Amino acid sequence: MAKENPNDVLQSEIIETRREMSLYDLCEVCTVSSERVVQLVDEGLVEPVGREPAEWRFSGRSVRRVVVAERLSRDLRLNAAGAALVLDLLDEVKQLRQRLNRLGDTDES
Amino acid sequence: MEFKDYYKVMGVERDATQDEIKRAYRKLARKYHPDVSKASDAEQRFKEVGEAYAVLKDPEKRVAYDQLGAGADWKTGQDFRPPPNWDQGFEFHGGDSGGGGAHEFSDFFETLFGQEDFRGGFTRADHGRFTARGEDTFARIVVDLQDSYLGATRSVTLKHTEIGADGRPALRNRTLSVKIPKGVRPGQHIRLAKQGSAGAGGGESGDLFLEIAFRPHPKFIVEGKDVYLNLRVAPWEAELGARVKTSTPTGDVDLTIPRHSKTGGKLRLKGRGLPGKEPGDFYAVLQIALPPAETEDQKAAYRDFASAFDFDPRRDQEG
Repeated sequence: MAKENPNDVLQSEIIETRREMSLYDLCEVCTVSSERVVQLVDEGLVEPVGREPAEWRFSGRSVRRVVVAERLSRDLRLNAAGAALVLDLLDEVKQLRQRLNRLGDTDES
Repeated sequence: MEFKDYYKVMGVERDATQDEIKRAYRKLARKYHPDVSKASDAEQRFKEVGEAYAVLKDPEKRVAYDQLGAGADWKTGQDFRPPPNWDQGFEFHGGDSGGGGAHEFSDFFETLFGQEDFRGGFTRADHGRFTARGEDTFARIVVDLQDSYLGATRSVTLKHTEIGADGRPALRNRTLSVKIPKGVRPGQHIRLAKQGSAGAGGGESGDLFLEIAFRPHPKFIVEGKDVYLNLRVAPWEAELGARVKTSTPTGDVDLTIPRHSKTGGKLRLKGRGLPGKEPGDFYAVLQIALPPAETEDQKAAYRDFASAFDFDPRRDQEG
């Protein structure tokens, strides 16, 4: 491991604000194989723009979806379709929770 | 060292069948998975369940563990020291990596069974594409709302495994100073190049990815790039209009409450949300607060109020 000096401030980059990511970029960032991404695209878990895998462009949001899908698949033994469903439901739950929060319901449950 | 009652953690009887244990594990893993559960202790619970399952699913380990409890009635949390040669006559085989997400096992576990493969959870499991390159590593970092507004440097302590001199994996702590980019939003990831696991055979290190979470703020609520504040106003301020001082993450501002405002009405301050190329907006959400009538004068004021209006709040309600 190269630098371990806590005084060195490490520069960082926000992944999601990158406008567009290629299939290669997404695989690189999420450490998944391109075959796996193709599988996730087939399930609609991530939706790239472009027809052919070589032309695919992913949004930054795809990173989180792929990463969480991989954790869910591994830990809960979900297949791609199950992970896609869970992700969609989690998004919906999150939106509803935020709305509840904003309505001033401070109940922590 | 504290004794761990793995049966209790899994919520099963001591004579549970292997199938029952498996079912209990699957159910608890779903319930406490840190990506799914909102419970603040979900990650901790998920680890405990993973550890309990790593022992109970393996008949060899389970028998050995049961043997411990045979003489004394151990309770969770009780100070525990394994009897000498407690594992004599038991043979442990390597076993797989904890059956899903088990990692950073307790001292209790490690004393009894040695260190297992720590991987899982928020450290990437093996999906290595390039054998030479170190794995990318994921972790979470909690930052404050102000950090996103102003940018900040935060130190993060990460646990990671390294193969020690004895050839076994060991858990190490590593503290890094990380620049939190201005405008970062909850759920986004930041990448630190070359700070992941070391590569094999001199290959380059993977990248370190940090998932950003925001510490809940007592006043402001963040939704994507927008920031909300519940702003309490008096009934006369809402109805007659007013100028009120309100706090925003970048300081106090004077806000004009338009006449005939209602509860839930949103006043927008464009571009005062999280910064960025396309900055978010700040919203003050109006909440009309009623002053309690305690003195006679105050009660009289409410009665005057009532007689000044021909107001039936239920007029439009049916039934």
